[in-house]
Amino acid sequence: MTKEQIKDTILKIIAQIIPDEDLSNLKGDIPIREQVDLDSMDFLDIIMELRKRYGIEVPEDDYIHLATLDSSAAYLEPRMREL
Amino acid sequence: MHYDVLIIGAGMSGLAAGIRLAYYGKRVCVVEKHYRVGGLNSFYNLGGHKLDVGLHAMTNYVPKGVRLAPLPKLLRQLKLKAEDFALCPQRMSAIKFPDRTVRFNNDFDFFVQEVIDNFPRQADNFQNLLKTIFEYAELNLCAKPVSAREVVSSIISDPLHIDMIFCPLMFYGNAQENDMEFGQFVIMFKSIFCEGFARPQAGVRRILDVLVKKYKACGGELKMRCAVTSLKCANGRVESILLENGEALTADRILSSAGYVETMKLLTDYNSSKFNSNAGQLSFVEFILVLNKEPAEMGYETTIVFYNNSTRFDYRKPDELVDVSSGVICCPNNFQFENPLPEGMLRITNLANFDLWNRLGEEEYNAQKAAWLKATLKEVVKFVPDFRDSIVFTDIFTPKTIHRFTGRINGAVYGTPNKTKTGRTHLDNLFICGTDQGFLGIVGAMLSGISMANLHVLQKI
Repeated sequence: MTKEQIKDTILKIIAQIIPDEDLSNLKGDIPIREQVDLDSMDFLDIIMELRKRYGIEVPEDDYIHLATLDSSAAYLEPRMREL
Repeated sequence: MHYDVLIIGAGMSGLAAGIRLAYYGKRVCVVEKHYRVGGLNSFYNLGGHKLDVGLHAMTNYVPKGVRLAPLPKLLRQLKLKAEDFALCPQRMSAIKFPDRTVRFNNDFDFFVQEVIDNFPRQADNFQNLLKTIFEYAELNLCAKPVSAREVVSSIISDPLHIDMIFCPLMFYGNAQENDMEFGQFVIMFKSIFCEGFARPQAGVRRILDVLVKKYKACGGELKMRCAVTSLKCANGRVESILLENGEALTADRILSSAGYVETMKLLTDYNSSKFNSNAGQLSFVEFILVLNKEPAEMGYETTIVFYNNSTRFDYRKPDELVDVSSGVICCPNNFQFENPLPEGMLRITNLANFDLWNRLGEEEYNAQKAAWLKATLKEVVKFVPDFRDSIVFTDIFTPKTIHRFTGRINGAVYGTPNKTKTGRTHLDNLFICGTDQGFLGIVGAMLSGISMANLHVLQKI
């Protein structure tokens, strides 16, 4: 997956977790949780979905890397490159 | 047999934890000692009547579309839809003390106005209390316990006002006598006054059905009539789980909803001096009365009444079998259902003393049940229309009954007053969820299971 595809994947996961939210204007460099109503439990589900769908393990200490779409793509790209 | 996670107890918290873990691919098994799921919120059939235990109403009700509240949060976490529980909102509830009635429904502004109308001189203080409540981080698992009595009485100066606020919050989820932890107070305040009551047409059965179906659909295993007899410990861990049927299981992690002291008693290295003082003391008796008509036909439209027959409210283990001076009167019919329930019903809940009930022989036990039914009815008809001639069927459960079916020490439905907020125990792989972890009420119980599953299993790789 490319970084763009990874961002798209994350957006799809968020859309599934909070289907009523408009995600079309989400900015890549601002923390996701500052832009949409996503609580810590919802945030955990992004990580859980990545594990469930792609087998990617994100350790608790690395959750911070998934704060924005851009940082998520940068962090996940080496792990999802082959997918 | 080996599992990633073994969950003790198929109540609200155990099933909710199970759904989370099974959904995310964990190999999970819930073991339940009863032949029925639900634990402290369950149901039974007697004399052709369908009766509920526990749940009077589901608290935390918010209409569909509201997102940032415990109920929608738990629905998202359990991958359920708002329609799944088929919740119907209450009509109107009330806190009734002598000469004073504060009503509330699921519209918070209505409640605020009722409080201000009843206590006009406390209006500013009450607004200050609301501010304190809304600014408090009640879900912080590491917060230091604070006395709610102290906080509230430092803001509101009328003791009657204070007691009328405390009364429903204590009855619906407080394990401590006469005081309450402030975080718990905030949780209960929001769940009852800011959000509100609702009930599925089919009562607690509906909620449990949804949870069990979801859990099984996610691949979770549920073993009924399967009590845990002991948890074998070694090297600071639970090494294996021994079941009543002789089977031994192993699991990487164990979540127990059986209660803190109850769980500690299962440990092979259990030391009573270390844990015994923690047991909860507060239990209840419930009188379930089936009527030959709908209470609305008698002009009674109230959903739940929290009554107290004096100006001071005492929430403690009574010195007698039952304390009828205060209680809860729930009318399951008085929710906004599409179709009426099959029969009229009232449920009366009073504080009760486990030791005194437990000590009675069978004959005396039954005689006392009948005597206290009479006593509570005499009290209750001061607050609701006299319905005594309409009763066609009665069933009563006592602290002893609760103990028998749930294994709770002292039949303490709200568990120990010393909650284990983080869920951690002295053993590395044993965690507490449910009542003794500290989120109470039905929604609280499910959120407890969810939070503990997240914190101690899903967040750990």
